[in-house]
Amino acid sequence: MTTPRRAALATWLGGVIVHALLVVALVAVGVFLIVRLVPGDPAQMVLGLKARPEQIADMHHRLGLDQPLWRQFASFLGTLVTTGDTGESIAYHVSSRALVMQRMPVSLWLIGCSAALVVAISLPLAMTAALHKGGWIDQLVRVVPTVTLGMPEFWVGLVLILVFAVTLKVFPVGGTQPGIDGMLYSMALPSLVIALAQTPFIVRSLRTRILDVLGADFVTTLRAAGLPERAIRRHVLRNSLLPALQLYGMKVSFLMGGTLVVEQVFGLKGVGTLLFSAITARDFPLIQAVAMYCALGVVAVSVAVEIAGGLIDHRVRGRAAASRGGAR
Amino acid sequence: MNAAARVPRTLVAGLALLAAIALAVIVIPMVSPYDPVAEDVSSMLRPPSAAHPFGTDQLGRDLLTRVAAAGRVDLALMVGVEAAPFVIGTLAGLVAGYRGGWADRAITLLSDALIAFPFYLLVAVVAFVTGTGVKGIFLTFLIMGWIIFARTVKGATASLAGEEWVESARVMGFSDASILLRQMLPNVLSQAVTVLASDMVALLVAIVTLGYLGLGIAPPTPDWGTMIADGQSFLATRWWVSTLPGCAVVLVGVALALIGDGLNDGRRA
Repeated sequence: MTTPRRAALATWLGGVIVHALLVVALVAVGVFLIVRLVPGDPAQMVLGLKARPEQIADMHHRLGLDQPLWRQFASFLGTLVTTGDTGESIAYHVSSRALVMQRMPVSLWLIGCSAALVVAISLPLAMTAALHKGGWIDQLVRVVPTVTLGMPEFWVGLVLILVFAVTLKVFPVGGTQPGIDGMLYSMALPSLVIALAQTPFIVRSLRTRILDVLGADFVTTLRAAGLPERAIRRHVLRNSLLPALQLYGMKVSFLMGGTLVVEQVFGLKGVGTLLFSAITARDFPLIQAVAMYCALGVVAVSVAVEIAGGLIDHRVRGRAAASRGGAR
Repeated sequence: MNAAARVPRTLVAGLALLAAIALAVIVIPMVSPYDPVAEDVSSMLRPPSAAHPFGTDQLGRDLLTRVAAAGRVDLALMVGVEAAPFVIGTLAGLVAGYRGGWADRAITLLSDALIAFPFYLLVAVVAFVTGTGVKGIFLTFLIMGWIIFARTVKGATASLAGEEWVESARVMGFSDASILLRQMLPNVLSQAVTVLASDMVALLVAIVTLGYLGLGIAPPTPDWGTMIADGQSFLATRWWVSTLPGCAVVLVGVALALIGDGLNDGRRA
């Protein structure tokens, strides 16, 4: 690699990371403001209307509300950066970060299984649709999203429970079972719900891109060189994955939102259900911890996707710089 | 080619379906002998029949009347809530795409930070801050809804801004505001409207999901989401209580998706 090219790469990488850090900083401000934006007195909201004044004062102290705003923010930021925590949970009396970490595995399982399903469904469908353009699979791929777009995830979950758990009894109604096989068994329906919501977008993007690549010169060259069709397909697929990968990265925030709803439907003890119990209990530090870690996850994934995209295809780097830079 | 042939069939089908749904939602509660809210313990959880085409729910209310009444609430909310984000997002996108520079950078940064919050997490937090109901839904979409329009319009405007006629308009002394609103807006509006159709589906799904989670429209006001949640506990034996309101959501989704596809095809043709 020549030096100017390496320097350009470093500049681009630096830009991506600085942007991500700015986003994280804004997110932290937003999370901090959650407690301060509550109309009225948050302490009153936690304790109810019958709270005695000394209890209110005590809660003010615990939430740090007796300090001036800038000091509140400084101490919030200090704790967040040094310990990764947002304070002790009001309802559970333990570190909010510990609670989030304890619930994280189930949500990660759900995201992992649904991602695997998305890949398993999308790749063959998009490839077949593109190779047999206008065929019945291609028609199916075009029509199905029209119907599924308007399906609320929780409703799809209920219908799947009705069919596969209640009527056919092949999958559990909800909850998780021990062991890796038990986990896979419990995740089948929940991850299918998320995958069904994601696949249409991925298939559509992948199909368009595969069609573009199939028409490219290098494919004609490979064909002319007598490469077997299987090998050509592999090349086509490899050159088509990037936009779908980027789309998937953009959808990740939606994916995490999806787990909140799906966890609720299937009674999974993940981060999503933790958030709902935190909201019911008016547990401010815990709400902040969930919000902070979910947002960090989204930022981390989008940075990973952007870097992967840039390394695979350097045209992306120029384009990203242009869109961020504001060349007219 | 005549004008009728140029209107995509999907657009016509979508508009017809949406009109039919709107008509049903308006007319059914007016002609129905049942009240969507009043309870009738003598006829609880009846399966679909001639007297109750959709059956009745756990409080003996006619489900068809309730699905239609809920449609009034949810569809009116869908249209009302989407208006402000559409206008704000389109204007923000116009300015960012035309000006570039710091305006573009600020909008990108803000929207990236907002998008980092998983949608339903933000919805839940806003509902928590403002209380459940219409106000929370309105506020959430004001915060999140503009982004998709801003991004779409920004891209379209930026690609137009480099063209010669824009440059010549500037040289001729047209003000920036006049160039943006009179020249650029009409050119990028069709893209924004196409996004609007598919975004409305997402909005409806979100409104219904909020109702399901108990963070949206509160009972006794009928809402498809709370109706589906009501039926969940007897899903195994009384399938219609949850399934039929869900079908109503899907039907609206199909209509809007068809309109979106049709607009998209029409724009390309």
